Formats: sequence, C-alpha cells, structure tokens
Amino acid sequence: MNPTSAKGVSVDPTLGTIPAGEVVLDQLVAARAPWSAIVTAGDRLSIVDLGGNQAVDCILYSAADTSERYSAPDTIAAQGRIFLTTGSVLRSNRGNPLMTVIADECGNHDTLGGACSKESNTLRYGHHTKHQHACVENFLREGARHGLGKRDLVSNINWYMNVPVEEDGMLGIVDGISKPGLTVTLRAEVDTLVLVSNCPQINNPCNGFDPSPVRMVVTRP
Amino acid sequence: MSEAGTSTTRAARDHARAQAGTAAEAMPILPAGSWPEPPEGVDPAALTWAETIAGGGYASKVLARGTTLRLTDVEGDACAHLLLWNADQPWERLNVADTVKVPWQAYLGAGHPLLSDQGRALATIVADSSGRHDALCGTTSLAGNRERYGDGSPQGPSPAGRELQLLAALKHGLGPRDIPPGVSFFQGVRVDAEGALRFEGSAGAGTAVELRTEMPAIAILANVPHPLDPRVDYTATTLEVLAWRGDPTGPEDALWSSSPELERAFLNTKDYCDARGIR
Repeated sequence: MNPTSAKGVSVDPTLGTIPAGEVVLDQLVAARAPWSAIVTAGDRLSIVDLGGNQAVDCILYSAADTSERYSAPDTIAAQGRIFLTTGSVLRSNRGNPLMTVIADECGNHDTLGGACSKESNTLRYGHHTKHQHACVENFLREGARHGLGKRDLVSNINWYMNVPVEEDGMLGIVDGISKPGLTVTLRAEVDTLVLVSNCPQINNPCNGFDPSPVRMVVTRP
Repeated sequence: MSEAGTSTTRAARDHARAQAGTAAEAMPILPAGSWPEPPEGVDPAALTWAETIAGGGYASKVLARGTTLRLTDVEGDACAHLLLWNADQPWERLNVADTVKVPWQAYLGAGHPLLSDQGRALATIVADSSGRHDALCGTTSLAGNRERYGDGSPQGPSPAGRELQLLAALKHGLGPRDIPPGVSFFQGVRVDAEGALRFEGSAGAGTAVELRTEMPAIAILANVPHPLDPRVDYTATTLEVLAWRGDPTGPEDALWSSSPELERAFLNTKDYCDARGIR
C-alpha cells in the first residue's frame, strides 16, 4: 500500500531522480515526521518531494563538531542571493562548505522563512494554533537523538518552499512551485549530520495545506 | 625602564594610577549619567549605558525591560551587529527568521520587532533615521576576513564580527552554540526580483536607531564592516551607544496594536513577564 498525505492522498514512493551509484540509504519520511542521518563526505543526498509542494525544513551540522552548523547568513552573503538552487554552497557559521546543491529540478528553495513553531504560529495565525504540531518540535526531538538541544537550532533551509521578497521588503510564504517527484540532490563536502522536519504546517500554502511524505536517498558514486 | 619609573611596586602603582582620567576615542563613560550630551528630554539620571565603540570593537550589557537603546553612527561608517538573548534564560534568543517572517517584512525599520524563538518580542525598533539595515547577511567570519583583509582575529587589525560576538557571549557564560544569526544596523542591503542582494551602504554620518527592550535582555554589539561591504580596506567608524530606563510598550502605545502579529507578540511577552514576576 502506498504511503499517504495527512489527508489520505496516496503518493508513489518510487518517484525521484536518483544519481547513479551504490544506494547507501533509501527511506520514506512520513507526513509531519522528523528524520536525520549522517551523510559521509562525497556521498549524495537526494530529497524527493513525493506529493508536490511539500516544505522540507533542514539544518546541517558538521558531524565532527556540531557547534559548526549551517548558517543562512553566511550562505546568502557568500553567494549574493537569497534562493538556493544548483551550485549553491551550503556554508557553516565558520564560512566552510558543508554541502553543495549538485542537481535541482525545482529551481528555487528558501533560506529566510525558518521553521514553524507552536510559539511563532500563535503570532502568525492566532493562539488557537498553539497545540498544532510544528517543525521545531521535530527538530528538538530528532536533534536530541544526536545530543543536540534548543541552543543548536538556527535559521534552516526550506527545500521546496517559495518565499519571494517584494521591492518594498514584503515577504511571505506563497504557493509552491514544486511538483510530485521533483528532486534536489546535495553532495556532502564533509561528514554532515542532516536534521530534517517534514513540515506539518497547515495554516499556510507551504505544504499545499496537506503535508505529504518525502523520500530520502543517499548514494555513493 | 620607562620614564615614569616602574621598577618598584610603589612606582608601578603610581604609574598605573597616573593614567586615570585619560580620554580615549572609544570608551565607556561612568556613571552613564555624566555623558556630556544626554538626549533631549531624557533625565541624565535615567542613563544606564554610555559608551563609544571603535570600528573593530564590541561591547555588551544586560538591559532591563523597557530600556531605550540608542545607536548612533557618528561618522557614517559604523555597522552595529546586534544579538539579543532573554537575560533570564539565554536559550531563548533573537530569531531572525521569525523577525522577518512574522511581520511579513524583510527590511528593518521603525515599528519592526526583534522576535525571539518563543513568539515574544525581545525588543522593538521605535525610531530610525538611517533606513539602511540588514537582517539577511549576518556578520563576518574569521575565515572570511582572513580571505578579505588578511586577518580576522580579535587581536588583529580587522576583527571578524563572529569572533567578537563569541568573546562577548563567553563573558555571559554563553558559547559557540548560543550564537544565532543576527541583524546589523547602518549598512543597507536590498533584494532584487531575482533574489540577488544589493549592498546600499550607509545613509551618512549622524543617523541613529532607537530600540526598546521588551524583555530583560543581554545585548551584544560588534562594530565591524558588513560582510557585503565591497571596499578593499577594513572600514568601520565609531558607534555611539546610549541607553536609558523607561517603560516597555503597553496597550496605550500605538505600536502595541500596529499589526495583529505584533499585538500577539506583545501579549505573549507580557504573559511571560507577568508569570515570571517581571514588571
């Protein structure tokens, strides 16, 4: 039986454009769930949006020293652009490359919007959303498995999330441009702990109002 | 041997004490109320922080809720990289993503909150005569400054912002894991339709930003060139810092209900302070 979105829509778990090579790992992340893995330097991580328009929140840590972690500002300043796509180098808070985007079928991923939390949901939508599941819950619980805590959460990447900035600075999460099966592939430049929240948000269009499963594949060339 | 003579403990003590009263370009003034030009309408006795920070320098202070923090770009090339933590529980800290996402606005200016990761306002920007700020690019790194200027160490001629932030954070019992992405004032950045960044630089000498702390906060300021500053030379001029006691934003302030998101941030902040016993 195929996996389903939060609202029960079936998705094909075999979708995706996976690079050639030995498959080290091929896992399904259920709708609304966390995920993590250490990707060895040189290996490729492919993230497949199975249902389409599904935000995949992601923080990277150097596996050798997790105080070195993905830095949105270092990444943005170094490439002079807010969006991520093929060629983007995902840099750490020390300016070092952690991973590089080597293939991207979507074309545009977010660096600014951060993760949803129960707390920020109260600001964005109202206090009735306080008890809804959120990405920070996923990050905290999954990060704890690796000895990470609250202090280790920083501005994250949102794969497949569409956040334009208008001329006057107005920004917002709008309808996604992703489709079922679109894949983004990252090459690890160092051994990298990848922490993921398959976003459970249901109050904005980042998941098409129906969180869906994603596929994670690690290949070794 | 120096001219003053420092070969004995007594002479060394005299030599040390003779330095008192020296004026430096960058220094704190104590008590803060003796600052020579208190802001108009501010009782000098209410001043709690008066300091000048040279380019390449940093300073920090724990500020009470309701403090006004005024940053002035004296000569026109300061860049004030600011980080904030809840002074009571520093695992709650500035969250730049929420700070741009919640108000639906990437550019900082008057009325913009600096939000924590707990859905609360650590501070709000209450006045701004510069309009050239940045919440996207963070600060500079040791490796980056080494490449750009040949050095990024705190003791060198071109300190990196993150190195200074780390030193300041360590003095508050914090470490590398406690340092989030920050914001900076006085050197503007804009985003074009394709998402590319454009460095706009300074609005000129004498502009100022006033922030109001809405929670007891650890504030760290590093005054270093912006990461996108294209100039070959490490260019950073004096930042003037003044702070004075006051009240946090209340329901009677226009700012409180200026947007539904901000009103809920103030409600969350007051809820925390009330329960915690903070006035």
